[in-house]
Amino acid sequence: MEAKKLNVKEKYRLLTRDLDWEFSYEDRKEAFPYEEFEGIKITDWSKWEDPFRLTMDAYWKYQAEKEKKLYAIYDAFAQNNGHLNVSDARYVNALKIFLTAISPAEYAAHNGFAFTGRQLGGIGARIAAQMQSIDELRHIQTQIHAMSHYNKHFEGFDEFSHMHDRVWYLSVPKSFFDDARSSGPFEYIVAISFAFEYVLTNLLFVPFMSGAAYNGDMATVTFGFSAQSDEARHMTLGLEIIKFLLEQHEDNVPIVQKWIDKWLWRGYRLLSVVAMMMDYMLPQKFMSWKEAWELYFEDAGGALFRDLERYGIKMPACAELIAKEKDHLSHQTWWTFYTFGHAAAFHTWTPSAEEMDWLSEKYPDSFDKWYRPRFEMAAELAEKGERFYSEGLPQLCQTCQIPMFYTECGDDRPDDTCYRSTHYQGERFHFCSDHCKDIFEDEPEKYVHAWLPVHQIFQGNCGGADLADVMKYYKLNDGAVNADYMGSSDEQRWKALKGIA
Amino acid sequence: MSIEIKTAKIEPIRNTYAHIVRRFGDKPASRYQEATYDVAANTNFHYKPLWDQEHDLNDPSRTAIAMEDWYAFKDPRQFYYGTYVQNRASMQEKAEGNFSFFEKRRLGDALPDVVRDRCITFMLPLRHVEQAANLNNMYCSSNANFCTALSQAAIFEGMDRLGTAQYYSRVGLALDGNTGSSLIAAKEDWMNNPAWQGVRAYCEKTLTVKDWFETFIAQNLVFDTLANDLYFRQFDAWLTENGGQDIVMLTDFMQVRATETQRWADSIIKTAAKESEANADHIRSWISSWRIHAQAALEPLATAMLSETALPEAFAALEKRLTKIGVGE
Repeated sequence: MEAKKLNVKEKYRLLTRDLDWEFSYEDRKEAFPYEEFEGIKITDWSKWEDPFRLTMDAYWKYQAEKEKKLYAIYDAFAQNNGHLNVSDARYVNALKIFLTAISPAEYAAHNGFAFTGRQLGGIGARIAAQMQSIDELRHIQTQIHAMSHYNKHFEGFDEFSHMHDRVWYLSVPKSFFDDARSSGPFEYIVAISFAFEYVLTNLLFVPFMSGAAYNGDMATVTFGFSAQSDEARHMTLGLEIIKFLLEQHEDNVPIVQKWIDKWLWRGYRLLSVVAMMMDYMLPQKFMSWKEAWELYFEDAGGALFRDLERYGIKMPACAELIAKEKDHLSHQTWWTFYTFGHAAAFHTWTPSAEEMDWLSEKYPDSFDKWYRPRFEMAAELAEKGERFYSEGLPQLCQTCQIPMFYTECGDDRPDDTCYRSTHYQGERFHFCSDHCKDIFEDEPEKYVHAWLPVHQIFQGNCGGADLADVMKYYKLNDGAVNADYMGSSDEQRWKALKGIA
Repeated sequence: MSIEIKTAKIEPIRNTYAHIVRRFGDKPASRYQEATYDVAANTNFHYKPLWDQEHDLNDPSRTAIAMEDWYAFKDPRQFYYGTYVQNRASMQEKAEGNFSFFEKRRLGDALPDVVRDRCITFMLPLRHVEQAANLNNMYCSSNANFCTALSQAAIFEGMDRLGTAQYYSRVGLALDGNTGSSLIAAKEDWMNNPAWQGVRAYCEKTLTVKDWFETFIAQNLVFDTLANDLYFRQFDAWLTENGGQDIVMLTDFMQVRATETQRWADSIIKTAAKESEANADHIRSWISSWRIHAQAALEPLATAMLSETALPEAFAALEKRLTKIGVGE
């Protein structure tokens, strides 16, 4: 008998989609109990279009080839002390943020997709989520291994896991993923696969990798290239889930719209740290935050939302405010970290004269007017040995958990700090913006549980009342990991290695 | 004389991450250690899961099993992502070779009808069983999210079971010349043949279990031990005796994998039982209730596929395994 040639779609259907069956002995809702409580209506899972038709044999084969090459580079990098080739030791601070803030989020994504990969009722969507779950495990582990060599030569990496659960600014990425994971399976997948992976990847993952490429960091950029095809798969899953939900039932449209609005804003707030990394932390800069936002969101995202209009989905309202904030975001964020640099697990510094000129050129409408004077004053003080640090603790937004430093950009008053608040169950809650307030008001019973680091310090849950106690609780080695780059042990070691006086 | 390349030696300020140092001392760590230990978040969670308000997001109390240190569950294979996919890639290369040899030599054409029929009726429905095993191990992975040593090994097992389901489906395609007719026939058996209904009910039941460690016992210990003995020892022997030995080439991947993964499952159960009497009691009581379900589930299948003595033989294999890992009667 001559074997028939199967096309990929038919083969994938037989090997994967056809594995599920209709239950006879148990109530299927007992096996998949979380499909309905979010209000999403699925009328026919068989309409799911598999975004990538990858069987396990092919998955093992492709991924193993990528892993083999990646680890060969890691080995060579360590053997040849590749850290000596980075543009400047200040660059390494971007990696510290990556490992403490982003890598643990990859693990959270691994968990979240394992949950959706078990709980979604449709086998096509489930398997796609499972593959993303194991990919995310790959990412946390390959990132830990990429940074392993840096950890041996720089401060600020070694307590990444302990810090992610505790340090004040790391509650921003942690609460972002906790928020998604504590939602139902559909909100999770819209939040992470669509809003985060599809819409914002080029503004999160890619800037770190481009930064690595521009700054001679062979280990991280090789990871980036190796993960690129994984990310491409994750993006196609994001688009498919949106189209599928919108096509399944018209009642899904307002729910999905609400989730897109929420998660675009949550994701954007998380990107504050990327914005400052791009504009202030990379010795060799590849693009400004503002340029990146215009290219990857306003142009590419604009086209996407025009495409989604036929389903009744609109561009989230927050996009307008984000466009106004783009002239200010990175400067305000870096200034905040600079002034709280004594309590951060990476070094901060004032931009050099050339870097300030670059910022003036990239931000002609805002930098010279609002931010240059501040940084010049800070540099002067530092020069005199009076490096400026803020006393006290900042107030945090109840939703995004970022210190309330954002200003009234929407109202064209970028010198006035933006404060919003609301009452719930006799208590007052504070927010950095209308959008964070809206998110809270939609689900106050959820957001009151936020583990707000500053509140926790005041309540005595972080080792004690003074900063030294809190630093101990964070395992943040005072004098080595924190404060200004100038005079740090990282700087001293780097200069000695490079023979710089 | 030896060749000696001179490289600049830069003294590291530490050998590994601090949480690895706390466990193993300040010395160079293995990639498994750095990828695994204390990676998962374990405190200060922000919100209660809407789908389980009784627990934290990552919460060891979703099972009755209690451990002082959950990282005692290290994988004897030391699989992290990179070693896992590379190991499976070389296994799939061998499997691919077997399938193409089978297809090129048209070995399917030479199979006796009785062999082909029994494979379709009794072997191919395992693709559905494996799909349940995929879900059950994903359940373990997502519930054991507080301990990377467990969450990673469980997802590896879950993906393995999906791969196994796909390989069984390919056995069907190798038998039916890629028409899919054997898979349709096998699914009909899975859904309606009385011999399979007990197993199908067992699979559906495992998917409704709440305690993930119980899921682990029901799937990876009780069911798998019995099914592996029935298929990889007894049905294999029947195939060999009846001119179906070429089929065994196609299930080589499944057999090798099952043997390898048993080491991991054994170490999990052994470690949990050794931790405390209470753990051992839970494990014993789960085993005794699931072996009753398994007896009822597999009896019609084993009898129809092999003989009346087949299932007692499989239970003897289970007994042996339970004794070996210290949870026997």
